[in-house]
Amino acid sequence: MIIALALVLLFAVIGIIIAVAFPRRAVSMALALVIIGSIAFHFWTPWWWTEVASNWGNIDGTIILTFWVTGAVFCAVCLFMSYCVWRFRYDKDRKSDYKPENSKLEWTLTILTTLGVCALLAPGLIVWNKFVTVPEEAADIEVMAQQWYWNYRLPGEDGVLGLTDLRNINDENPFGMNLDDPNGLDDVLIEGDDLHILINQPVKMNLRSIDVLHDFYIPQFRAKMDMVPGVVTYYWFTPIRTGDFEILCMEYCGTGHYAMRGRVLVDENQDYQEWLSEQITFEEIMASIDQTDLIQMALNKKGNN
Amino acid sequence: MAADSYEDIAVDKGEVIPALEVPPQDLYHAKSFWTRWIFCQDAKIIGIQYSITAISIGLVALVLSWLMRLQLGFPQLVPFLGAAEYYQFVTMHGMIMVIYLLTALFLGGFGNYLIPLMVGARDMVFPYVNMVSYWVYLLAVLVLVASFFVPGGPTGAGWTLYPPQAITSGTPGGDGLGIVLMLISLSIFVVGFTMGGLNYVITVLQARTRGMTLMRLPLTVWGIFTATVLALFAFPALIVSCIMMTLDNLLGTSFFMPALVEFGEQSEYSGGSPILFQHLFWFFGHPEVYIVALPAFGIVSDLISIHARKNIFGYRMMVWAIVIIGALSFIVWAHHMYVAGMNPWFGYFFATTTLIIAVPTALKVYNWVITLWKANINLTIPMLFALAFIVTFVNGGITGLFLGNVIVDVPLSDTYFVVAHFHMVMGIAPVLVVFGAIYHWFPLITGRFLHEGMGKIHFWISFLGSYAIYFPMHYLGFVGVPRRYFEMYDSEYMAVSTNYLNQFITIVALIVGFTQILFLYNIITSAKFGKKAGKNPWKACSLEWRTPEVPAGHGNFGKELPVVYRWAYDFNVPGAKEDFIPQDIAPDQIPEAKAEAT
Repeated sequence: MIIALALVLLFAVIGIIIAVAFPRRAVSMALALVIIGSIAFHFWTPWWWTEVASNWGNIDGTIILTFWVTGAVFCAVCLFMSYCVWRFRYDKDRKSDYKPENSKLEWTLTILTTLGVCALLAPGLIVWNKFVTVPEEAADIEVMAQQWYWNYRLPGEDGVLGLTDLRNINDENPFGMNLDDPNGLDDVLIEGDDLHILINQPVKMNLRSIDVLHDFYIPQFRAKMDMVPGVVTYYWFTPIRTGDFEILCMEYCGTGHYAMRGRVLVDENQDYQEWLSEQITFEEIMASIDQTDLIQMALNKKGNN
Repeated sequence: MAADSYEDIAVDKGEVIPALEVPPQDLYHAKSFWTRWIFCQDAKIIGIQYSITAISIGLVALVLSWLMRLQLGFPQLVPFLGAAEYYQFVTMHGMIMVIYLLTALFLGGFGNYLIPLMVGARDMVFPYVNMVSYWVYLLAVLVLVASFFVPGGPTGAGWTLYPPQAITSGTPGGDGLGIVLMLISLSIFVVGFTMGGLNYVITVLQARTRGMTLMRLPLTVWGIFTATVLALFAFPALIVSCIMMTLDNLLGTSFFMPALVEFGEQSEYSGGSPILFQHLFWFFGHPEVYIVALPAFGIVSDLISIHARKNIFGYRMMVWAIVIIGALSFIVWAHHMYVAGMNPWFGYFFATTTLIIAVPTALKVYNWVITLWKANINLTIPMLFALAFIVTFVNGGITGLFLGNVIVDVPLSDTYFVVAHFHMVMGIAPVLVVFGAIYHWFPLITGRFLHEGMGKIHFWISFLGSYAIYFPMHYLGFVGVPRRYFEMYDSEYMAVSTNYLNQFITIVALIVGFTQILFLYNIITSAKFGKKAGKNPWKACSLEWRTPEVPAGHGNFGKELPVVYRWAYDFNVPGAKEDFIPQDIAPDQIPEAKAEAT
């Protein structure tokens, strides 16, 4: 608080000094100082991206590109304005120029701006194309959101996530697993606990929600997507370094929104297998609550196929 | 309307003024205090009624923002403020500022006051409907205020009111009257606005005085006119979504509500689409940004030209840019939904349209600053606000290029970067124009200047303060700080220093906020004791300053309506003695002026 107050005071003092020392130039100087201050802030800011932990480093690249292109335009426009205010201050004996139009200048600016916009858009769309194209080898993980925590489902040994239906959800079947689908029996269910993922393994996050909108976001992975009840949305990424990352819900979901957090741990293979072996499958859960007859039913179905 | 070159727009060669074809409109002249000041049909009084109501409710939103900022910077100072209250304040602050303050003030306030005067009309074409429009707007505001006092409080669904959470029990006000009153209030607002909006559009199209071609309208009128057209197309989407959500909430229909499990309970809903609501909302919501921005564009063009004593550069391009921006604003809405779970192919289309809109917008900025080149810049308070507008608008505009480019939006969306962006571009920038416009037209309304010293203090603190609030806030977004978090600063990846930045922002926000009290004090005292301004103190060319008496009486102009011979920007015409020529001065009255000599 003291630092903040001191900064405010410092700015005020600089302002007053300028106003007193250069009464006729204060405005143009203030405008220029705003720009110079912004540039200085940009280069010295302690607030910047967290280190990227996924393959989406090229998203950062598009941001840096946008920074340079737009930043240059911002500085040019504002400094030009500051210069005009300096140079063409009111004098009752001077006449301003009478120049309603200049189509050559206007067209030049239009074309230059269009080129600048294309320079931003083209790389952006190329990266977006990568973002929405899920690679074949990506492993499926389901994230199921509810007010206000995260649940996960891994496909198990068969590599296929079993079907679910929200109408099946009850105390014994919190994921709404569909008992008619034998693929679901070996699904690994993680309720409200940490998720572990394997380093360098592309993952497709299948996102669903059972109540309101949520958004599964880990700042270091850069990728995010809303979860919408009734729809399965997705995105993919490849974790590139091990670590312990915080999940933030990024779509407002009610009073507990700010507390809806969780953890994802990126593991080397050995740690990952160790963790995986400790998890329980849907079949094990059903067995633990004496629903073995249902399991048998599902298995029979599998045999018939 | 289509003129071949600017010379045709700039000044008549003599034969183009058409004769009066229809008899002038008859006005109802008020006879009692009630019809003169309360249920008044004079657009000028209605404009002031709109402005006072809008600014009053805006002050409520300002106080809410202080409480939010205190929670973010110094939560120990506001222990009574819990998460539910915080979300209610966020929601009401946003909704009030966007709809009930900015839309109402620019269109209802400035539109009513300025359109008839600037186009040379005696009043709006439907004065009675115009009066009703204000009272319906007031009703909408009262319903909104009432929601603060119902059990459970106002809705805390965020200003975007996304279902399902807006009408479920996990959201403050979601299972009570809060959300119902919000939806009803918005619907009433749309009804009131439609009455006023039709008036503004038809007045501009039909009631312009002789010689006032569309291509001679001041850009202020072009901005307000185009914004109103946008609003008339956009608001139906809002009222439709409000009504459908009310039905989902009260009757259990499923327009926007899919099957869901709410805290372990299966709901009765089935088959509705939350994303459909988002499409409808943003089909309104994106044009809404331009409903606020276009009047600001128009007004600031006039402020710059008048106070820099130079014609606005590229007038025709400025007009077309306004029209093109308005049209494009209807095909960019889903850039608010890049990460909403819609089909990813939409991303290509909406990113492209969004970045295209940057071109006409950038041209407007270029033309503003080129107008300053070789001008004679009088640094009056309105001019200072116009310059500040350019800085904040360009800053907020370029961050729009980040968020509009779909892949760049992915990490930035829902962070403080977005909060900083939209406050800069549609909060601070238009509000700076509102301030500039009030300083500029205060002499027109009251016959007196606002106090200049107080104005300077107000300007410097408001401009530099709001820049210091929102510029660094973008960097919180880079860190990844999410918006709409009641508290969060125990995250380890987030540097402790984000707390310091939040404290700094809070302190500056409080200072800027309290400075507005000085501004209100200035308005109240100057209306009575301010320096007398006389007629046309800024030496402007447009018609609002050419009424026989200032402030203008009922019917605006004297016996005869003015006839317009030239555009609204004839400053420093070569050969002319004065540095400005008003629009209603005929060419033969000043034969020495030779515009075409350049």
